[in-house]
This record gives sequence, structure tokens and C-alpha cells, in this order.
Amino acid sequence: MTLNPFLVLASLLFSIGVYGVLVRRNAVLVLLSVELMLTAVNINLVAFGAHIQDTLASGQVFALFVLTVAAAEVGIGLAIVLLIFRNRSSANVDELDLMKW
Amino acid sequence: MTTLHLFASQLLLAAEEGKAVELSDGGVLAEFAWLIPVVPLVLMFGIVFFGKRLPFKGWELAELSMAFVAVYGVALFAMNASEGIYYEGSVEIATIGSYVIEWGWIVDGLSIMMYAVVGVVGLAVFTYAKGYMEGDVRFTWFFAAFTLFAGAMLVLVSSPNMIQLIVGWELVGVASYLLIGHYWEDHANNAAAIKAFITNKVADVGLFIGVIIAGVTVGSFRFSDLLGAIEAADSALVDVAFWAGLALFIGAMGKSAQFPFHVWLPDAMAGPTPVSSLMHAATMVTAGVYLIGRVFPLYHDALFAVDVKTIIIVVGAATLLLTGLIALVQNDIKKVLAYSTLSQLGYMTAAMGAGAYTAGLFHLFTHAYFKALLFLGAGSVIHAVHSNDMSDMGGLRKSMPYTYWTFLVGSLALAGIFPLAGFWSKDEILASISYDASHGGGTVATVVLVIAIVGAFITAFYMARAVYLTFFGEYKGEGHPHESPRIMTYPLVGLGVLAAIAGFANMPGIFTGFTDWVGARLIPMGDHHAESIDFVLAGIGLAVALAGIGLGTRIWGPDRETQEARDTFRIAGLYPLLERKYYIDDLYLYGIVGPTKGPLARAADWSNTYIIDGVVNAFGAAARLLARVVYGGLDQRGIDLAINAVGAGTGEVGEGLRHAQTGKVQQYAAALFVGAVLLVVGFLIFG
Amino acid sequence: MSWFESGWGLSLIVFLPLVGAGVLLLIPKSKEQVVKTTALLFSLAAFAVSVVVLLQFDFDGTEAFQFGTDLSWIPAINSRYHIGIDGISLPLLVLSTFVLVLAIVYSWDHWPEPRNPKAFLVLMLVLGTGMNGTFVALDLILFFIFFEVVLLPMYFMIGIWGDRKPIRLPGWKRDVETRLYASIKFFLFTLFGSAFMLLGFLALSWKAGGTFDMVALSEMGRAGVFAGAFGQWVFAALFLGFAVKVPMWPLHSWLPDAHTAAPTVGSVLLAAILLKLGSYGFVRISLPILPEQAQDWAPAIAILAVIAIIYGSLACLAQTDMKRLIAFSSVGHMGFVMLGIATLTDVGINAAIIGMVAHGIITGLLFFLAGSMQHRYHTREMARLGGAMKSMPIIGGILAFTAMASLGLPGLAGFWGEFMALLGSYNPLDGLSLGVFRTAMVIGAIGTVLTAGYLLWMLQKVNLGEVPEEWRDANFHDADGYELGAWVPLVLATLAIGIFPKIVFGATDDAVVNLVENISRAVGG
Repeated sequence: MTLNPFLVLASLLFSIGVYGVLVRRNAVLVLLSVELMLTAVNINLVAFGAHIQDTLASGQVFALFVLTVAAAEVGIGLAIVLLIFRNRSSANVDELDLMKW
Repeated sequence: MTTLHLFASQLLLAAEEGKAVELSDGGVLAEFAWLIPVVPLVLMFGIVFFGKRLPFKGWELAELSMAFVAVYGVALFAMNASEGIYYEGSVEIATIGSYVIEWGWIVDGLSIMMYAVVGVVGLAVFTYAKGYMEGDVRFTWFFAAFTLFAGAMLVLVSSPNMIQLIVGWELVGVASYLLIGHYWEDHANNAAAIKAFITNKVADVGLFIGVIIAGVTVGSFRFSDLLGAIEAADSALVDVAFWAGLALFIGAMGKSAQFPFHVWLPDAMAGPTPVSSLMHAATMVTAGVYLIGRVFPLYHDALFAVDVKTIIIVVGAATLLLTGLIALVQNDIKKVLAYSTLSQLGYMTAAMGAGAYTAGLFHLFTHAYFKALLFLGAGSVIHAVHSNDMSDMGGLRKSMPYTYWTFLVGSLALAGIFPLAGFWSKDEILASISYDASHGGGTVATVVLVIAIVGAFITAFYMARAVYLTFFGEYKGEGHPHESPRIMTYPLVGLGVLAAIAGFANMPGIFTGFTDWVGARLIPMGDHHAESIDFVLAGIGLAVALAGIGLGTRIWGPDRETQEARDTFRIAGLYPLLERKYYIDDLYLYGIVGPTKGPLARAADWSNTYIIDGVVNAFGAAARLLARVVYGGLDQRGIDLAINAVGAGTGEVGEGLRHAQTGKVQQYAAALFVGAVLLVVGFLIFG
Repeated sequence: MSWFESGWGLSLIVFLPLVGAGVLLLIPKSKEQVVKTTALLFSLAAFAVSVVVLLQFDFDGTEAFQFGTDLSWIPAINSRYHIGIDGISLPLLVLSTFVLVLAIVYSWDHWPEPRNPKAFLVLMLVLGTGMNGTFVALDLILFFIFFEVVLLPMYFMIGIWGDRKPIRLPGWKRDVETRLYASIKFFLFTLFGSAFMLLGFLALSWKAGGTFDMVALSEMGRAGVFAGAFGQWVFAALFLGFAVKVPMWPLHSWLPDAHTAAPTVGSVLLAAILLKLGSYGFVRISLPILPEQAQDWAPAIAILAVIAIIYGSLACLAQTDMKRLIAFSSVGHMGFVMLGIATLTDVGINAAIIGMVAHGIITGLLFFLAGSMQHRYHTREMARLGGAMKSMPIIGGILAFTAMASLGLPGLAGFWGEFMALLGSYNPLDGLSLGVFRTAMVIGAIGTVLTAGYLLWMLQKVNLGEVPEEWRDANFHDADGYELGAWVPLVLATLAIGIFPKIVFGATDDAVVNLVENISRAVGG
């Protein structure tokens, strides 16, 4: 079984995610892009886990971990976005500079 | 703690020119003689605190104290006349190292004579003062101060030791200050009071030093120990005798107003007249003569301060002549008497200087009566015409008969007219000086004898002037003068009688009681007494006195009286000198007091502000300057610069970095990504 | 009474005021009556204890230290809580407690601005502890501490309650408030002196093998341990410390300013007690510990003392400010005290002590009077005053009495110190120059004339003459009860000591004779 196609797929997905995070202005889309990046990482984890025949299947286990954390993260992230939207009637990331010192 | 030294419980022998006299210890009377100074002093407090509430405003207490002293003094006097008393008692008040300080009282011929004089004259003056001071603003206070004075004078004369003498001496000075400045609303009177005090204080420097020298050398301040050391020819005392004697005499010169310390006495006439009468004629000014009498052997004994004796006789003669001359040109009746007092004090001092203990004291004794009388008479006149100036008087003979007759008696006594008191005492002095001239006194004594005779002439002359200007001719003042009330004339009469008869106490060759009375001392004074009347000298004395009166009558006599003649009396050339009192007052004022109070005092103050304080402040300023250098230069610009640079640098860096914090999530993410890529690249290259 | 005699009595005298100060701090400021009563009670208690000490004092053994104790205090430097009194310190201790009571009585109704009785009384009580402590301390460090404790309250008294009149110091561009200048000058001057004094103490202790005990040091001093150049340096250091406090010419210049600026009670305590700390230091420390050096220095001290007498009197004559005049008179009077000490004779040192007591009483009283006058006139310029005998006869009368006492009138307290100091300088200790001391005697005697001069002059300006136009309509009330309460005891004391000086000499004489014997034995070899 060859590893390369998986890696290419993961790279593509990650790159799309990075692009999305850096470019999109809508916070929801930024979050989705983050999910894409996480998915890319999960693909890599599973692929490498299968490739090295790990008896503990730690790659797969870790992927599951990431999925759970991602779910939680999106949950909190969407909640924050929702609140920001409520307060400012906008979910544009570049209008938010609340974190400036 | 309290020890009583009873000295003369053993009988003392006083050898007097060969014959030994047994002295008694005076018994109870002498033992309680300490009451003499204490009673007036205690009553003085009574007057101060309760006087205003008494019916006579405190006068009765003053009078009581004087009556007590007079009775006690006369009793002692009588007892002394019959048997001769010597008694000395003392109470220790401190021991300092080897010196014992004590209060005490001495009862001997000299002090008894003074008790009697102070008591009798004091009683007369206090009685008189009741009338004179009636209605005065500070009637009670006046009698308090007057009683203080009497007490102080008695402390002085009752003193068996030199410390107590100083105490009495200075207290007398203070009382004098209070009384001269009695009318202190006017600063001229205060100036006179201060002048009296300060002049006395200057002379007291001499007294202090004399007492210290004598006391330290003898090892005791008791007069009896001093006299004992003299009798024993103590060699240590011989060495310092001149200085001790001179210093003590300087002290005496102050109180007895001897030239050139005489300046205070005429000014002291600023006080009420009874004050002048008691203090500046009869008692206080005699303190100096008394002191010389007290330590007489120190001057008289050939081993000791005989050189000072020459100084004494010269000072006395100078005083009697110079001040007598000033009396000629005075228009203030009290000033005439004041200068006459100075002149008579000069007689007493000259007599002491001639070694005539008895003659000096005898003149003190008689002078006290007739001078007190004259002052009281003058006061009576002033009371009537409300002026001191003789050009406001005249013709008072008829309106004031008591005053006139008593004043006349006093004037004749002072002039030395036979047989009044002054004749006897002045003659005794002339005889003593004459004796001294032929017994070691040399030319000096001869010259002094001539001066004394001239002085007798001057005395008669100015007294004639005073009597004529005051009582004869036309009245030139305002209002109608009346004779003074009885409370004032009775003392005049009493003193008039004494002024007339006091001289009979010592008539050489006839009755010489006074000689024995004041001779009752611990050791014999060893002075010379005239055995009989020296008719030549007495005749000369009487003749010059009559000549003086005659000349006075010629100039001021009522028949040739014109206003002009009175005021144009001038002694050619001398007048300005006399009028300015030989410029001595000016010398003191502009030569000593002025510079001391002015430039010298200012210099001290200036140096304090500008030099000493200047140095201190300069230290302060220098410290501040240094501080500024340290703070501004070193601290602020040096050390702080480095510290601040660190701070400022941190700030600058932060300021720069702050721009990286955009708060834009995507920029952070980009940075994160770039960082991650760089890390990966780094691992790839360096891993 | 053995606990009393073994240190407790003296400790009570010393620390009762301090305890009082502590208690006062606990009382709220608003309860003024309580504050005042408490302060008075504590000062009275200290005075009462000192009277008991006086009564219990063994006058047959005044040269020995009595009522003393010697406890370990700071073992690290070998400094001990050693206290005790002899005939020399007894009169000064009683004077100190006595004057403190009177100062509080006077203060009762006369508070300086800014009005703050509590703070003022606290400072006064602390001052009391310092003063009393100095007179009983027999350990150099203990002495030093009490000596310095005195500084602080006085600094605040002058600095806070002092005269606010601006003055222009020569050469300065801006005005400065008198109180600030005076308080700083006072503090720094004294501190300057005491720094040297402390150095001297440390040097003595080092040389003596680590003890600070005055008694032990005195014995060593007699044995010649501190001879030579070392002793000279130490004496110089101590001299600076004490001479500033006395104050001796030319180190006196803090005194007129401090006295003039201080509130009335401050001036009184300053004059009555604080100045005595310096001269007491000479008698208690310099003379017994360094007898040979004292002999070497004596002529110099005598000369400075005589300069102080003349200089102080002359400066008085130039004053226009009544309080400043009285302040300068202290310079002259302390000159007599120092002249007495310089003679190193029993007469001279006795004179110095009675001079200290008399000066404390008389000048204290003068400052009280000047304060009361200022309270009424709101000025101290003598040119504007006059006729006080008429407008307020009681105050005027007491002023006249006190001025007489101050000019050394025989029969009053001031006389003995002056006269005996002159007496002592006629025959100083063997080996001292007769020429110097006899000249000093004559000049000092002339100084008494100047003293009389300026005091009479002051009386004339303040007391006599007509009441000036300015005050003719003013209705001054004469002395009130509190004023009389503070003054009458001082007047009586002046009279009593004047008439019966044994009150002081009885305590001091044996002690002084013993001291002088030790000195002459030490210098005689």
C-alpha cells in the first residue's frame, strides 16, 4: 500500500484550510477552514498509523481524539462568533481587533 | 545645719591709747539685734501684700518698722555709751569647699552708731513722708520700697561678713533705683535711676574684687577674721593688701559718690524729696565711709594698704572741692543740697584718708542730721511752691516760719557755725588732717588741709546763697505758699534740735563720748584724737565760714537783691566748666555709655548676625550647594541617566513591538503559519 | 523602700513622662480636658517621685551615687542600664521635673498656634524623659541616647509651633520662616556636636577595653589611662558636643534663633533645662574622666566663657526684640557657669551648679513673662512696648523682680553663681595660670555691670514710662491663674535659694569637693 496519495490529499486539504483561514473574512468560514486543516491532519494520522502497522493503533486513536477536540472547539468557536455577531451585527474577522493589547 | 557662732561671749579687750576698755557682750539686746534688719524687711512684704487694705495705706507698717529700729538703735546706743558693746552672731547658710557663707549681725560701736542714725533719721523722714507723699499715685508702693531701703541699709551695717555686706550694698542700690525712678512715667527719672544703679554697679566691681581678694587670702569672709589677720600681720594679706584695699575703696567710692563716681547722686534728686533726704544724704551714701571705717585698720596699719590711704585722702579732697564748686551754680534747690552732700562726703572720705576714723564717722553722724533736715526743709518748700527751681522761690521766710528756722539751723550747722553740729565735726576733721600733715601725711595732707578750709568757705557761701534765694526777697513763684502740715514740720523741728546739739557728742578736751562709742570695736582702730580744741584751726574754720556767709550776703542779701544779680552770678572762666559739671557726665555718656550701647553693642550683634551666623549659614549654603552638585550633577545626570536609559529603551522597544499586535486573528494566524513553515524549513536544513 | 532606692525611683522619674506620652496617644484628641489632666498628672507624679528622692537622699554622702542600679542592657556593646544620682545631679534632676510641671500648668490656657494640645503635651513629656534621663544616666551610651532624645521633641516644638515671621538671612535671596530656619539650625548644630561627642565616647570605650560605665571610666581617668594626645582628641570631641549645648561662644548662634522662634514653653524648657545638659556633661563626664586634659583646656574655656559674658551682654544691648534679648542673656549667664567650671575648684564648680539651677529658674521665668507679654501685645518689639507696670502691674512686677534676679542681685538666686564663679577664678586649681583667671575675674565682674545695664534698659522699655498710644485703649488682663501658678513657685524658689543657698550647696558641696580632690590628685600626679 502506498502512502503518497494520502499525503497529497492531506496537503491539499491543509493548504485549502490555510488559505481559508488567512483569506476568508467571515468568521464561520474561518472556523470551517480550521476544520479542513484538522481533517488534513487526521488523514495524515490515520495514513501513517496504517503504514507503520502500529499494534496500539495510536494514529487512529489520536485521530479520534482530534475529532472530539475539534467538535468542542467548533462548538465554543461558533458560540463566540454568534455572540460577536449579536453584539456587532457582523462576523467579519478583520473588523475585530479586541485582542490588541 | 544651723550653727550659731557667739563670738564675744568671752569679754573682749579693746585697748585704746593705753587704757584698756572692757567691752560687754550686750546681753539680750545684742543677741536679738538681728531683728533690726529683719523687722523692716518683713514689714516690707506686709506693705506690699496688705498695705493697700490698711487705713493708712501701709504707711503705718513702715513707720512701725522705723520706730522699732529707732528705739532699738537708741537703746543700744545708750547701752554702748555706758559700757561698750561687742557682739557677733551668725547663721550658716552654706558651705562651699573651705568657705562658710553666713548671715549674721554685728553689734559694735560702729554698727550701733549706724543703727541709731538710720533709725532716728529714718523715723523723722518716714513721718515727714506721710505728709509729703499724701495723694501720691503709688503711696503704698513708695513706702514698701522705702522700707526695703531701710532694711537693706540695716542689712549692710549689721553685716559681720563681707558677703552679707555685698547683699545689703546691692539691695540698697536696688531700693535706690526703685525710689529714684518712683515717677517712672517720665523716662528722665528712669534714666536717673538707671544711672545711679549702673554707676554703683561699676564701683561694685571694685567691691566684688576687693571682697574676693581679702576673703580668699584670709580664708574667711568675716570682718573679724580680716581684722584678726591684720592684727597678726598675716604676710599673705600684706602681699595683696594694696589691691584689696584699693578695690574695696573703689566700691566705697561708688556708694559714697566720690569723684569721679559722683555723677549719679545729683541725678538721683529725680526721686521724691524724702528719698533724697534719707538715702542720698543721711544713710545710703554713707555706706562707703562706713565700709572704710569697718576695715579701717587695713588702710591704717603701716604694713597694709597705707598707700591707698593717700589715694583716699586725695579723692576725698578732690570731691569736696570740685563738687562744692558745682553747688555754687545750681538753681535747683535739691541739686544744691546734692552737691553739698557730695562735698561733705568728700570731707568724710578725706578724714578717713587722713587716718581719722573718729573724725570721719563723727562728721557722718552730724551730717546725717543736718543734711536730712535740709532736704526735708527743701522738700517742704517744694511742696509749697511746686517747683524745684530757686528762681521760683524767695520770701518764704514769712509764710513758712518752721521751715525757715529749721532750714536756717541746718544751713548754719552745715556751714560750721559755732556751736552747731557741723562746727564740731568739721573742726575735728581739720584738726585730724592737720595732725596727719605733720605725722607722715606730708605735703599731700597739707594741701588737703588748705582745700578743706577753702571747702568750708565754699560751703558757707553756697548755703548762704540757697537761704537767701529761697527765704528772702520777694516771692517769685505762682500761688500762695503755705507752711506744710504738722506731720512735716514736727520732724523738721526734731531734726533741727539734733542738728544743733549733735556736735556736743565730741568736744575735744571737754567731752569725747563719741570717740569711745565708735571705738568699741574688736580691735582698737588706733587713730589719733585731738586732746583739746585747736583754737587756731577752729578759729580759721569759723572765720572762713563767716566770710563765706558774708560774701553770700553781699551778693544775694535781700537789700541788694535784684533779679539780675542772682542770675548773672558767674565765676569768670569757671562757669561753663561748673555748669557742665566738668564735662564728666558728658564724658561718661558720650565716651563710655554711648559707645557701649551703640557701636560696641551693635558690633557684637552685627558680628553675631553676619560673622558667626554668617559662617553657620555659609556652612548651610555650602551644604546646599554641594547637595545641588551631588543631586543635579551626579545623581540626576550620572546614575539616573543610566537607569533612565534602561527604562526608556524598554519603552521604545515596546512601542515598536506594539505595532505587531494588530488584534487581527488572521494576521496572527499568518504569522503562526509562517513561523511553522520556518520551523519546518529549519528542521529540514539543520535537523 | 529598698525597691525604690535600687533604681526604681529614678526609673520612675525618667520614664513616667514617657508612659504619660504613650497614654496620651491613646486618648482621643477631642477630649482635651482629659488630655491635659493626664499630662499634668504624669508630670506631677514624676515631680513627686523626685521630691521623695530628695527627701530620701543621703546628704552626708552626696559624693556617692545613690538610688542607682546597674543592669545589663545591650550586652553586645557592653552598654549597661546604669543610673544613679549624686549631689551634682540631684538639684538639676529636681529642677527638671519641677519646671516640666510648671510648663504644663502654664500651657493649660496658652496654646501656641496651630492649636494641638495633645501633640504638644506628648512632645513635652517625651522631652521630660530625655531631660531627666540625661541627669541620671551613668553609662555613656545611655547618656547619649537621652541627650539625643531631647532633640527631637524640641525640633518639632520649634518647627511646628514656632514663630512664623519670615526672615531674610543675609546673603539669601528668599525669605524663610523663622521657625523653619531656627528648628533646622538648632537640630543640625546640636547633632553636629553630638556626633563628635559620640565619637569621643566610642574612643573612650575602646581605650578602656569596652566599657561605657562613667564610674569605671572616671577611675581609669584618674589613673591616667587616657593621658596624652589621645585624651586631648577625646576631650576636644566631648568639648564640641557639650559646648554646642551650653552654648559657649562662638558655638552659641543657634540659641538666639531657637529661643526667639520657639513657643513660650519651648523657650522655657530650652533655657531652663536643655542648656544645662551641656554644662552638666562637662561636670559629669569631661572633668572626672579626663582631668588632665581638663586642666590643659581650662584656660581656653575660661577665655571663651569670659568672651561669652561680654559678648552676650553687648549683643543684648543691641536687641530690639524682647525674647531675643533674654535669649542672648543666656549666653552671658552660661558664660559665668563655664567660667566656674573652668576654674576646676570646689568654689567654681559649686558656683556653676547653683548658677545652672538659678539660670534655669530665672531665665525660665523671664521666658514665661516674655511669652505672656507677646500673648497680649502680639509683638516683642520693645520699642512698641512700655508702661507695663501700669497696664498689668502683676506681670510687670514679676518681670521687674525677675530682671533683678537675673542681673545677679544679692539675696536672690542669681547672685551666688556669678559671685562664686568670680571667687573661684581668683584662685583657680593649682597649676592653672593665675594671670588668665584673674583677668577673667575682672572682666567677668565688669560683665555684671553690662548685665545690669541691659536688663534695666529692658525694664525701662517694657515696664516703665507711659503706656504708648498704640495700647492706650487696649484692655490687657493681668496675669491669670495658670500664669501665676507657673510663676509664683519660680519666684519663691528664686527667693529661697537666694536667701538660703544651702538648698543647693548642701547637696553639691561634698560631691564637688570630692570631684575636685580627684582632679587635683590626678593632675598633681
